[in-house]
Amino acid sequence: MNKNIQHRTWKRPPFITNPLLKWSLIVGASLYLALAFGTIDFDWQRIADGAPRGKRFIASFFPPDFLTRSSAILDGIFESLWMTVTSTVIGIALSIPIGLGAARNLAPRAVYLLCRAIVALSRTFPEIILAIFFVKLFGFGPFAGFLALSLATIGFYGKLLAEDIEDMDPVQAEAVRATGATWWQWLIYAVLPQVLPRMIGLGLYRFDINFRESAVVGIVGGGGIGATLLTAFDRYEFDSAAAILLIIIAIVMVVEYSSGYIRRWVQ
Amino acid sequence: MAVRMTGEVKIWQRRERGKQLAIWVGWLVSVAIFVYCWQLISEKTIWMFVNDAPRQAADLAERMIPPKWEYLDKLWIPLWDTLNIATLGTVMALILAVPIAFCAARNTTPSVLLVRPVALFIIVSSRSINSLVWALMLVTIIGPGVVAGILAIGFRSIGFCAKLLYEAIEEIDETQVEAITATGANRAQTLAFGIVPQIMPAFAGISIFRWDINIRESTVLGLVGAGGIGLQLDASISTLAWTQVSVILLAILATVIVSEWVSAKVRHAVI
Repeated sequence: MNKNIQHRTWKRPPFITNPLLKWSLIVGASLYLALAFGTIDFDWQRIADGAPRGKRFIASFFPPDFLTRSSAILDGIFESLWMTVTSTVIGIALSIPIGLGAARNLAPRAVYLLCRAIVALSRTFPEIILAIFFVKLFGFGPFAGFLALSLATIGFYGKLLAEDIEDMDPVQAEAVRATGATWWQWLIYAVLPQVLPRMIGLGLYRFDINFRESAVVGIVGGGGIGATLLTAFDRYEFDSAAAILLIIIAIVMVVEYSSGYIRRWVQ
Repeated sequence: MAVRMTGEVKIWQRRERGKQLAIWVGWLVSVAIFVYCWQLISEKTIWMFVNDAPRQAADLAERMIPPKWEYLDKLWIPLWDTLNIATLGTVMALILAVPIAFCAARNTTPSVLLVRPVALFIIVSSRSINSLVWALMLVTIIGPGVVAGILAIGFRSIGFCAKLLYEAIEEIDETQVEAITATGANRAQTLAFGIVPQIMPAFAGISIFRWDINIRESTVLGLVGAGGIGLQLDASISTLAWTQVSVILLAILATVIVSEWVSAKVRHAVI
């Protein structure tokens, strides 16, 4: 017995306990990787040839040029900001009734299914595909981008709102109902205070996402800074493109920090 | 609780008068900003086209139906490429995100003053630039193709994965780390036996979550030339082959649903 103890060494407990599952995962993953790398044609020769060219391209991003195209950049940034504000407001306003309808503990079954279907539909396609179609239907310009972002906001916000309402504390809701409150009063005094802090945080987060997405809907003609960015790339004005990217990063950072601040203040 | 007196009668109010007033001013300002922004957008909109939209939509629907199902045969390879872009991009992002996350977490970073801000800046810049913009940039640098797509997805995901991972690292149970340190373990051993086991579930969750998002994002990367099914979408839209567009959209829809199902299953198994 004593001998045995001396020979025992400690082994780290495995993350996946079932050895069969573990090995099949390892084999499956390596098989997949082999197949995947097999079908991608890495043209090493071309990559080697392209390396100095790539270096030159990267070098042409520096230094960022804020001045040459400053009026176009400013226009684009402001247009993006307007689109962000309007689409976030409209998207959230529309997603509140849909979110209420998609909460299982609030809505009748038929309404629940309908609202869940709307949420699922608007979540499926990326913003940019929505933007392609809205540009086709409503013409070029920020209106198409605004619609695409609003629709995407409905899917995002409606889903999270519904989940938050489903997770709320039923005791408080029952207490308010027991006072004889009407449905509206019940909503405002029992449901709203429970979901509001998180929802304000998520609204700010969606504002952040919408701003970032507004940079890409422009690539397909939906207005905003994306159009300016695409023009800069198409004209090989990489220094202007670098400036635009830096401005986007800066604005996202500002929004992120201030939203953290507002969230703390609300809670 | 705020109470207002009207003569002798006490009336219950939800908030104090000052606070109520501040909230109203807040609403007023927000509405003003919204109306101003809306006005600027509507100035730039050609409303004739917008009014025309229902007719355009009907026209488009007519052209998209019925979907040209034979075209599906040409979509398998692009779909495989799309899957590869998402998966390999996620793998690349995870490999790069781990060291960045350890540098960004307050409790594991080598230096709070020097290394942490750099790591945080990498995280923010990777997150603020959309994968399509990354793809646009990479296509000009290394040329169109699947590789540009993988790198674009990878660069975009580094920030996301590193952010969630470093938050998980900051939330670990310090007592376990201390217990490992007390056995005389060095820094690397503390990392491997004190911290890594604690963040493994979070790591698995993050990878699956990001993979699911990446599948969605990689379907559109082809619009700027970075490979995958987006190339076919772009080509079909440019040639106004709307019956092919509807097949592609259905294929994307199916891919997204399958990936969501897979990730839900795996998440359920892991957590």
